[in-house]
Amino acid sequence: MIDHILTLLIFFPALAAMLGFVVTKDSMRAYGIAVAFIEFILSLWLWYAYDPMVSGMQFMESMPLIPAFGINYLLGVDGISLFIIILSTFFTLLGIGSLTETRHVKNLIITLLFLEMTMVGVFAALDAIVFYVFWELSLVPMLYIIGAWGGPLRIYASIKFFLYTFTGSLVMLVGMLFMAYFYYQATGQWSFSILEWYRLILPENFQLWLFAAFFIGFAIKVPMFPFHTWLPYAHGQAPTIGSVILAAILLKMGTYAFVRFSLPLFPDASVFFMFPIAIIAIIMIIYTAMVAYAQEDIKQVVAYSSVSHMGVIILGTFALNVEGVSGSVFLMLAHGVVSGALFLLVGVIYDRRHTKLMSEFGGLASVMPRYATIFGIMMMASVGLPLTINFVGEFLSLLGFYKQSHMLTLTAGVAIIVGAIYMLSAYKKAFFGTVTNEENRNLKDVNKTELFGLIPLVIVAIWLGVYPKPVLGPINNSVESIIQLMHDKAQSPEAKERIPNLSESKKIISMKEAN
Amino acid sequence: MLEPIHVSLASLNLATLAPMLIAIVGALTILVIDLVKGGLHKSLYVMVSLLFLLLDLGSLVDFAGVFLKNGTVLGFFDVMLMDGIAILAQIIIVVGSMLFIPLALTSKRFHEYNYPEYFALFLFMIAGFQFMVATDNLILIFIGLETASLALYTLIALHNRSKSFEAAVKYFTMGALAAGFFAFGSMIFYAISGSVEINQIATVLAEDHYSNIGYVLIGVTFMIAAIGFKISMVPFHTWTPDVYEGSSAALAGYMSIVPKIAGFVVAMRLFEFMVHSGVVWLQVILYIGVVVTMTASNIWALVQSDVKRMLAYSSISHAGFVMAAILIGTTQSNTGLFLYWALFSFTNLGAFTMLWVNRQKNLLPGQSSDHPYEKFSGMVKTMPMGAVMMGLFMLSLAGIPPFGLFWGKLYMIGSAVSAGYTGLALIMALNSAIAGYYYLKLIVFMFMKDPMVGYEKFYFMNASLSLKTIIGIAVVGTIFAVFAVNPLLKVITLFVYNSGY
Repeated sequence: MIDHILTLLIFFPALAAMLGFVVTKDSMRAYGIAVAFIEFILSLWLWYAYDPMVSGMQFMESMPLIPAFGINYLLGVDGISLFIIILSTFFTLLGIGSLTETRHVKNLIITLLFLEMTMVGVFAALDAIVFYVFWELSLVPMLYIIGAWGGPLRIYASIKFFLYTFTGSLVMLVGMLFMAYFYYQATGQWSFSILEWYRLILPENFQLWLFAAFFIGFAIKVPMFPFHTWLPYAHGQAPTIGSVILAAILLKMGTYAFVRFSLPLFPDASVFFMFPIAIIAIIMIIYTAMVAYAQEDIKQVVAYSSVSHMGVIILGTFALNVEGVSGSVFLMLAHGVVSGALFLLVGVIYDRRHTKLMSEFGGLASVMPRYATIFGIMMMASVGLPLTINFVGEFLSLLGFYKQSHMLTLTAGVAIIVGAIYMLSAYKKAFFGTVTNEENRNLKDVNKTELFGLIPLVIVAIWLGVYPKPVLGPINNSVESIIQLMHDKAQSPEAKERIPNLSESKKIISMKEAN
Repeated sequence: MLEPIHVSLASLNLATLAPMLIAIVGALTILVIDLVKGGLHKSLYVMVSLLFLLLDLGSLVDFAGVFLKNGTVLGFFDVMLMDGIAILAQIIIVVGSMLFIPLALTSKRFHEYNYPEYFALFLFMIAGFQFMVATDNLILIFIGLETASLALYTLIALHNRSKSFEAAVKYFTMGALAAGFFAFGSMIFYAISGSVEINQIATVLAEDHYSNIGYVLIGVTFMIAAIGFKISMVPFHTWTPDVYEGSSAALAGYMSIVPKIAGFVVAMRLFEFMVHSGVVWLQVILYIGVVVTMTASNIWALVQSDVKRMLAYSSISHAGFVMAAILIGTTQSNTGLFLYWALFSFTNLGAFTMLWVNRQKNLLPGQSSDHPYEKFSGMVKTMPMGAVMMGLFMLSLAGIPPFGLFWGKLYMIGSAVSAGYTGLALIMALNSAIAGYYYLKLIVFMFMKDPMVGYEKFYFMNASLSLKTIIGIAVVGTIFAVFAVNPLLKVITLFVYNSGY
């Protein structure tokens, strides 16, 4: 069973979703929680069985799908994808568990379970087409969630979300076909296996074009400035559960794909585009932070701050060294936990007041102390307070990029500090002072259902902030092998220099030890 | 005095006529049955047609075996040409027809199915299409084309609504023009090469190194216009939306698949050797035609307010997409054409059948057409399964993996990539993105809007067991296409490659 655990992880929720059509409406929530719980336990089992000392792919599965065109059902996890898979199952469980939506709850849970299938599938796929299948398929449940349970502009928001990402990924698909064709030219056989593509060394000229094609697909998904305009709409209109999953998992597909595809496939192009992308990332951090400051809607604040932090992830990824990439992978998890939690928290207050305008609130700390505490912790985690989960990732990402450029890293660091201002001011506006609005005087504090979603996130945010090693270790291991691969494949002297050679430094260490 | 010509019956190889003859015999049988005893129920004729189509398919499968063993079979003074693409195209034609004919078994009564002639015409039409693809003789192509088209005009008109008459007349007029173009084109080719056989024309043209290029281009222009009408390439597409709107949804779905594959095969036979011998002008014209057909029809489809018209424009766009294969002209692209069309027929027929099942007899108050988007709003709340299936067909048409058409698109774009048509590949991909919008629009109506009061009873009013079966087949074919792609690819590649395309 452990040999096929990835297939199980992918298709168990889908199968359960189909059986879910039979379950009656009243029992659907319990059914959903049960399925998500089993899935979560399975993913923990995956972690338990995962060997952290091995840096390559584990639990590989392979089955020919369209061998005539080189498409195989190829799965596997390494330290990078392992934790994002666990994050996906974790958030699906929390999302369903703390669901307060009452309209058509059966359809919603079935949709969420299908979404879980696509999320796990994206992170477990090692064949570009299988990856693409799940990547595209994940749009459909999200479209439905935003479009059917969203706010007044939901249809516009959901279509914008869908078409934006769909367009980007079609360009990426052309890029994938080119990769497969180059592989065909080199070996005489079509292949879409990422691992086989890793062995392909392309001329720099080709790398630049292919990098650009993949970049469009990924950048829209992340979303990177200036492709980010779909996200505030999607977040603004989506129901709480939609925003949570979107921010915590779906956006990570983009950054994950950078680490999985762009870096190891196109090392020279990555170095070539390093500074332009870093500049975009810094613009993203500063600009969206400023936009967030100007928002009156608390959900939009969280949405823009989420985009802002995605900028740090990109910056870390394009540091192209172990610290930066590990940091950015860790920050993906951290960002998932923190922004997911913040969206849940916004959902809590929205359920009570049916408004998200900050001007409507004020002095909530005295009315809802528990809520204010949890919000406070998560807000601190979001601005990167040491000993919280975000700090580790942000620190490592910036440290990594510091090795490439001091100036840009300083700018980014300052921008992150500035970013703290809007979160703190938003918190001040909503929670401190006296209660000015009479409607807020009798608000109920967070209830058990909501705590079910929030408490685990608080625990994780602090636990991994204090002791990140169990997660950071395997990530580091796998990132090292990717960086080494990049160094070995790099052709231009600049790339060779920018991407550290780990085997050399390891040799030096071992020589020192021998002495 | 003329020498007596001695022809042995064996050299005629009459077996090559068998598939078409089966269809023709079927048609005649239906007429005879009606003569002997009139007023029989349509279910009898549907089943008789189905049986003859099965026989037809059987003979084609038999030919496929012969082809794999002995290669191309010629027959009847070498006019009949049973090569791989002829067999493949005929299989698509016959299977498409077999999926179409049970749609006549609606639970409501429709005018056209009361006439046994409807079914006879239908089988004659299939024979026509089969002749069209199984020859490289321009005259026989012409005869096949006209047989099929004349039957088709009548089938449309039999729907007995003012819009159907309009559609039939419009199609007839346009078709007559196309026939004229075809005749002119053939004439010019005959004039410069002294033959009406495409392979002869190709040889003669190659031998004198296209010295008559001016005449060739005039001939090609006529031919592009003629075939462009049949496969609805822009700017020869103007009839398509009106004709689809006027004919019954089932027949519209049929027209979007079967006549077009016949058109593609003729285009493949006629244009590909010229593309390969570097008739640059033809390449440019095809390139422009393909891009404009895809893009313009996508943009028109965006603004339609009727689902059937939207699907009509969408099928033009798909035809443009597939025409790219003829421009690219590699074995891979031609394989892609057949793969795409095989997958497309399931999905598109499914989509049109979903319209067919909720076709009401008269227009509803406040409606200006049969299937406005509003009719489908909130369908998920009243008919969840129906909405999910319709949504599935839309996703497949939009090219969302892992549903049917995605694999066709993947392979087609892949063939463009490997033939070096990078720009074309990007245009094809981006067009799929544009198309996403209008397919999504229907999904938005079905899943995200509130239902219109009083429309529930119309959703499945026309459904009967056989219609549901067809939808079921289409759904299964769409969802599980991924498992069919590999065997299909292998077989199609083998057939296309061995026919020299």
